[in-house]
Amino acid sequence: MRRLNSLRHDVGWALVALLFLSVLPLLIQSRVTLDFVIRLAAFGIFASSLNILVGYGGMVSFGHAMFFGSGAYVFGLLMQKTPVSIPVAILGAIAFSGVLGLLIGAICVRLKEIYFSFLTLAFQMLIHSVILTWTSLTGGDQGLMGGIPRPPFLGINLSDHTTLYWFSCVLGVLCLLLMRIILQSPFGATLRMVRDSAERAAFLGIDVWRIKLYAFVLASCMASVGGVVMALFVSGAFPDFGYWTMSGDAIFMIMMGGLHVFIGPVVGAGLLLLFNDIITRTTEYHGLALGLVVLLFALGFKRGITDFSLELLQKINQKGGKV
Amino acid sequence: MNPQALFECFSSASCIVTQMGTGLIVGSLLFLVAAGLTLIFGVLGVVNFAHGTFYMLGAYLALTAYRLTGNFAMAVLASGIGVGLFGLLFERFLMRRVYKADVLMQLLVCYAVVLIMDDVVKIVWGAEFLSMGMPETFQAPPFFIAGGVVPVFYVYLIAAAMSIALALWGILTFSRTGKIIRAAAQNPTMTSALGINTSFIYAAVFAFGGVLAGLAGGLAAPVRSMSPGMGFSILIESFIVTVIGGMGSVSGALVGALLIGLIRSFGTIGFPLFVEGLMFLAMVLILILRPNGLLGKDSRT
Repeated sequence: MRRLNSLRHDVGWALVALLFLSVLPLLIQSRVTLDFVIRLAAFGIFASSLNILVGYGGMVSFGHAMFFGSGAYVFGLLMQKTPVSIPVAILGAIAFSGVLGLLIGAICVRLKEIYFSFLTLAFQMLIHSVILTWTSLTGGDQGLMGGIPRPPFLGINLSDHTTLYWFSCVLGVLCLLLMRIILQSPFGATLRMVRDSAERAAFLGIDVWRIKLYAFVLASCMASVGGVVMALFVSGAFPDFGYWTMSGDAIFMIMMGGLHVFIGPVVGAGLLLLFNDIITRTTEYHGLALGLVVLLFALGFKRGITDFSLELLQKINQKGGKV
Repeated sequence: MNPQALFECFSSASCIVTQMGTGLIVGSLLFLVAAGLTLIFGVLGVVNFAHGTFYMLGAYLALTAYRLTGNFAMAVLASGIGVGLFGLLFERFLMRRVYKADVLMQLLVCYAVVLIMDDVVKIVWGAEFLSMGMPETFQAPPFFIAGGVVPVFYVYLIAAAMSIALALWGILTFSRTGKIIRAAAQNPTMTSALGINTSFIYAAVFAFGGVLAGLAGGLAAPVRSMSPGMGFSILIESFIVTVIGGMGSVSGALVGALLIGLIRSFGTIGFPLFVEGLMFLAMVLILILRPNGLLGKDSRT
């Protein structure tokens, strides 16, 4: 019964989010806003998928961007070189990234802590090197050139910017809802238990390696959807999508937003995109400004913004309860 | 991709000597940077993601000191001392606050410092590539060994790096400070219970790591061009080195650094575009076969 309630609750929030996103273009009619929301959808999915590993699984991956990149490249290549429709190409991108995640995850999740981090980083750089070297397929450091064709399907024409906005919003909300449901399921509870004490979980007969691997594959698939949205938005795929800076951004997003609230990474993604836009517009010393913001968060708040507000809220509630 | 060129190189002595020289200097520099990184990890359990920035600062400080004094030895000394001080300040004011925090917080603090220092270097020294040029002392005809070319400076550089490695080994093995550092690495609580100021040791290790990275930057200045952001590639390479050698093991860092140096120099001939890929491949293979690195301690004990 409680699970059903929580499910209703989550679906309710998803509908509220969609309603808000559908009203937004009517309120603010600027291309910049639409672009921002599309990018937010891509990075929101991407950062939340990384949080499955970091926040829920306790596995700090430094190489998550490889799946963002694989999603973008496979989707772009399928659209450019084969006659499949957009949904099929999206499924293809997810399937490819899932298999890639299965292979890489099977090796990585055996390792502990910092070694897991470095091995994921190494795999990411390996894949980045392959993208750069395999010029005939990927276009090398130029990225997938010539644009990604967006033929209409089921009456949906993604060449139209407003339709792309809609599509990204729906895809973003759907992915977040799916991740939320999976993380609230017994599987999610098991994953959190493995994070808190792998030994105790093993004693209870849980196959720790398998649970971690499932989480890794799920996170890979979800990250690839983020990559697809990004590829649709910029109509291309670039080696940077699979570079360490992209993984670094995602880590920064979840740290800024908060690890322990499901929606935290999306908030963090919004904040980082906003900071980046503002900083790029106002100063040429991008790194200096961003670095100071990061220091403020790391040494000032010591946690993400949603975690911070949650604790504040709990403190206020406690005080209210006592009085 | 040109594996054939690699085979041809292996069949000629001159090519092997030339590439060995290049591989050894890359390895020596990497060792100095990675030794500090691995020492900091071994003692503090902290991964210093800002270590590449230390190296960058070393190179730039050496450039300025060399322009002021015209003496290369002074320049290297200045970069060692300067970066050592920077490491000390970095530890006292920033890193010390996040020792107990999540590894992600430590990553963020370092990331912030990397971003800030890259821009500070841009403001002080400019964004364009700079180079020191070869100091006059080393402008002598290169050595020819079995037909291979080895510049004079390479020999000095390798000798300098190896003497630093030897001194490091001596300090860690025989001196009282070295014993305290090893004790703090093994069991920090016990060490502080014995009345040893571990907070002081932590700062000292960070400063020492800074000195080593600064020396590496200074030594590299004549043979490397400088640009803001140059710290990143050396950081990634020294990560590979420490992971291959085993995190926390200084002798592992030496083995790893020489291995990566040779992979780099010979890889450039056979697979010019895939050198980075080769290094990561080596790291992946070693982590799969020996999860704690070649000379790393088993993390379970």
